[in-house]
Amino acid sequence: MGDIPPRSADAATGGTSVTTSHARSAGAAHPADLSPTPPTRVPDGGGLGGGDALPRRQAFGAERLFRGVTMAAGAAVLIIIVAIAIFLIAKAVPALRANTVNFFSYEGWFPNDSEPKFGIGALAYGTVVTSALALLIAVPVALGIALFLSHYAPRRVGTVLGFLVDLLAAMPSVVFGLWGRDYFAGPVTDLSVWLNKYFGWIPIFGGDGPFGNSILLGSLVLAIMVLPIVTSLSREVFQQTPKANEEAALALGATKWEMIRTAVLPYGRPGVIGAVMLGLGRALGETIALALTLGITFNITTNIVVTGGNSIAANIANAFGEANEVGRGALIASGLVLFAITLVVNMAARAIIYRRREFTETAA
Amino acid sequence: MTTMTAPPSAAPRRSDDNLQARRLPVLALVGIGVAALAVSAAIVYGTGIGGPVLVVVLGALLYLLGAFLVSKAVEGPRQARNRTWSALIHSAFVLAVLPLVSVAWTLLSKGVERLDGNFFLTSMNNIGARDPNGGAYHAIVGTLEQVGIATLITVPLGIACAIYLVEYGRGRFALAIRFFVDVMTGIPSIVAGLFILAFWVLIVSPVFNNGQPTYSGFAAALALSVLMLPTIVRSTEEMLRLVPAPLREGSYALGVPKWKTIMRIVLPTARPGIVTGVMLAIARASGETAPVLLVAGGGAAINFNPFENSQSSLALYIYGQAGTASQYAPGRAWTAALTLVALVLILTIAAKLLARRNRLSR
Amino acid sequence: MAKRVEANNVTAYYGSFKAIENISMTVEPKTVTALIGPSGCGKSTFLRSINRMHEVLPGARVEGSLTIDDQDIYDRDVDVTAVRRTIGMVFQRPNPFPTMSIFDNVVAGLKLNGVRRKSVLTEAAEKALRAANLWDEVKDRLDKPGAGLSGGQQQRLCIARTIAVEPKVVLMDEPCSALDPISTLAIEDLMFKLKDQFTIIIVTHNMQQAARVSDRTAFFSIERTGDPGRLIEYDYTQKIFSNPSEKKTEDYITGRFG
Repeated sequence: MGDIPPRSADAATGGTSVTTSHARSAGAAHPADLSPTPPTRVPDGGGLGGGDALPRRQAFGAERLFRGVTMAAGAAVLIIIVAIAIFLIAKAVPALRANTVNFFSYEGWFPNDSEPKFGIGALAYGTVVTSALALLIAVPVALGIALFLSHYAPRRVGTVLGFLVDLLAAMPSVVFGLWGRDYFAGPVTDLSVWLNKYFGWIPIFGGDGPFGNSILLGSLVLAIMVLPIVTSLSREVFQQTPKANEEAALALGATKWEMIRTAVLPYGRPGVIGAVMLGLGRALGETIALALTLGITFNITTNIVVTGGNSIAANIANAFGEANEVGRGALIASGLVLFAITLVVNMAARAIIYRRREFTETAA
Repeated sequence: MTTMTAPPSAAPRRSDDNLQARRLPVLALVGIGVAALAVSAAIVYGTGIGGPVLVVVLGALLYLLGAFLVSKAVEGPRQARNRTWSALIHSAFVLAVLPLVSVAWTLLSKGVERLDGNFFLTSMNNIGARDPNGGAYHAIVGTLEQVGIATLITVPLGIACAIYLVEYGRGRFALAIRFFVDVMTGIPSIVAGLFILAFWVLIVSPVFNNGQPTYSGFAAALALSVLMLPTIVRSTEEMLRLVPAPLREGSYALGVPKWKTIMRIVLPTARPGIVTGVMLAIARASGETAPVLLVAGGGAAINFNPFENSQSSLALYIYGQAGTASQYAPGRAWTAALTLVALVLILTIAAKLLARRNRLSR
Repeated sequence: MAKRVEANNVTAYYGSFKAIENISMTVEPKTVTALIGPSGCGKSTFLRSINRMHEVLPGARVEGSLTIDDQDIYDRDVDVTAVRRTIGMVFQRPNPFPTMSIFDNVVAGLKLNGVRRKSVLTEAAEKALRAANLWDEVKDRLDKPGAGLSGGQQQRLCIARTIAVEPKVVLMDEPCSALDPISTLAIEDLMFKLKDQFTIIIVTHNMQQAARVSDRTAFFSIERTGDPGRLIEYDYTQKIFSNPSEKKTEDYITGRFG
């Protein structure tokens, strides 16, 4: 209403102390400015508080700059991934073209010859077999330990041991490889000899020896390396089971194992699958441990106890030193295949986890 | 308590009302264990098919079977299953402890062999196969420089990317970034090495070096960056999300612009968690061998310049010594391994302790 | 068949902290008994000691005697899972198993006890769901996730799950405190219905609810914080709410404290 004078008018006439202070901070309030009409908008606003007008939004201010920088960082990630794909393919293609045999099925590796012959048949097979075997051994043990730590061990023991497991997950793989080759190989060779003696009629344990740096050794070392990661993630998942569901199972008269089977395991299934996939991804990409423990031969065989075995990553580590241009390109091509395999595994893991969300997301 | 007259209960007793059940005393379980071992020993030594290890393994299996059957007869099938699963879960733990203890023991016992000043202050320059000297000074320098450079690259980049994803990102662009960060976490370390080999060493570095590809510590740092970046982005993103929305809103309500809010309020609040994530990424990067193998050149001499000439790293040094045919190599390898493990452990433990004290926990 | 629950000098501890002391009362079969009292006076602790859920927490123990139809449930030879099958419990927040369908939730207890025949399970499920007044609402979506129902429906699902194993006593720990008034009414009606088959003991913060649903009411209280909870008065609900014998009861009922 235009008739009502602004508050600051009171200040001039000695109004209440409240309005006095208001008048002071009101910037342009001045007895001379008293008028029923509102003050005109001043383009450049004064300080904070009840000034005349609001500051105009800056077009090229710090805010824009900051946002731009962070967006660029985000874009950098995209660029790196794309660059990886482009450069690897660029270096791999010439070698593939020079190859005189089928890249996917040939089992030898002679890219440095005048007539390059190289194929990932044996390598891909070895990669998949060692990883699968490693997980087959590691996952049941890892789940057992995870359940032990989350539901069977006394609280403090479980926390301390859980901490130790997390530390183990950070151990460098070269240490496991070194240990595997120098110390674990002995007992594994003994085991292989024993398996061959009494179970040699099963193809995987057959052969005539020597038994040493074999797929079995490599897989066992991989299993030991993958164990802490799968255990640590699974333990976290099991610990997050809602206590309410555990109590509900117990209240229905379940034994401890039945409670775990009813409330803990189903709830934790997506998380466990994710953990296993992560372990698989790590096993597939493992280089050094396998380079030190596999026998490095180039043939596909179902026998896991005789000296032999190879994987894409181990081959890259081994053959890199003496590779010429074509050799390097060949190794890069094999690396691309490995990348593709791990990509598929990761995608599959995510798909499984997201599909199960429907059931668990709606939980209280 | 006031008393009152209570009507007599009319419910008749039924046989399944009995709440009692027979319990298997602990002594019985011990007895079964002893019996299982005895039977196993008899079988194994009687037929001569194995040694003490086989006796233990077979004994364990016989115990599980025996305990299950006896428990089933005395306590009922549900309790029997409960006991058996409990035993299996406990034994998983024991089974895993054995090799891990072996690794730790080997590390300590073999690693102290060359824990001397000579090891930490000399390199492998001019050390022949019969020379008992030689150390890892150059490798330690290499690790520190490579990881240091990688950290300098990835920490600002990763944190900025995470800030974008949490504070600004909406829509397809952010989704794509997040998706590809996930993809990056799955890159095998050797593929990261191959990428830097293809990109930096073979294509970019010759530009600066008269057409000659340069294997350098810097290249290794780049490869490690590829590995560290997704980890840092992921963990920083998680930490930023944990900062409560009311904290940001309070700042906006005071008229503080968004970028200042992020820098002055959100980041400091999330700092312990971010530091934890960075330390874990550093610990992981320190232990990587494969990428360094491909692009750093594995030099034997001390080289403080990461941009020229080949460098080594602790992990690469271990791998190299593992493949060296000298009777002195294992000693060097294990001492270097002990050093590397100590480095990684210190970083990881410090990170975890810091995470414990973090106010923003999940 | 419903059973009589008799407590004699029941004292319960969390580690060294005494939560309740010397509780003695008898609950008759086919009645609804309400346990009321201010927060922290041990009502839930007492309830959980009846079906031996109290001891699930590390360091928790119970002294004294608790009998179901003269069978001591804390006897050394007693199988605790059998006790819990006989004495069912409905919790404060509905807790259906999130990974299971509605049908699987209802028959979870039966399956645990070895009942496998599909026909038996289906029949039992329908019976329990009807008894819980939930059948009409879910009969067409028995295979949908149990967690997809509304709060009140979830709680009725949990009640159906509890009664599907045909317990003798049903304990309810503030079953309606997380629900809206309409669902609360539905569950109170349900209690009237279930009274014919089971002995029901319910802990409630809501005095009006206790007055509405129960035959007898037990009033618990504590002297000061840190003291163990005690049973102050236990009598017919009518009497407790109109003419209690103890002054403390009267103070609580009339709202002078708590």
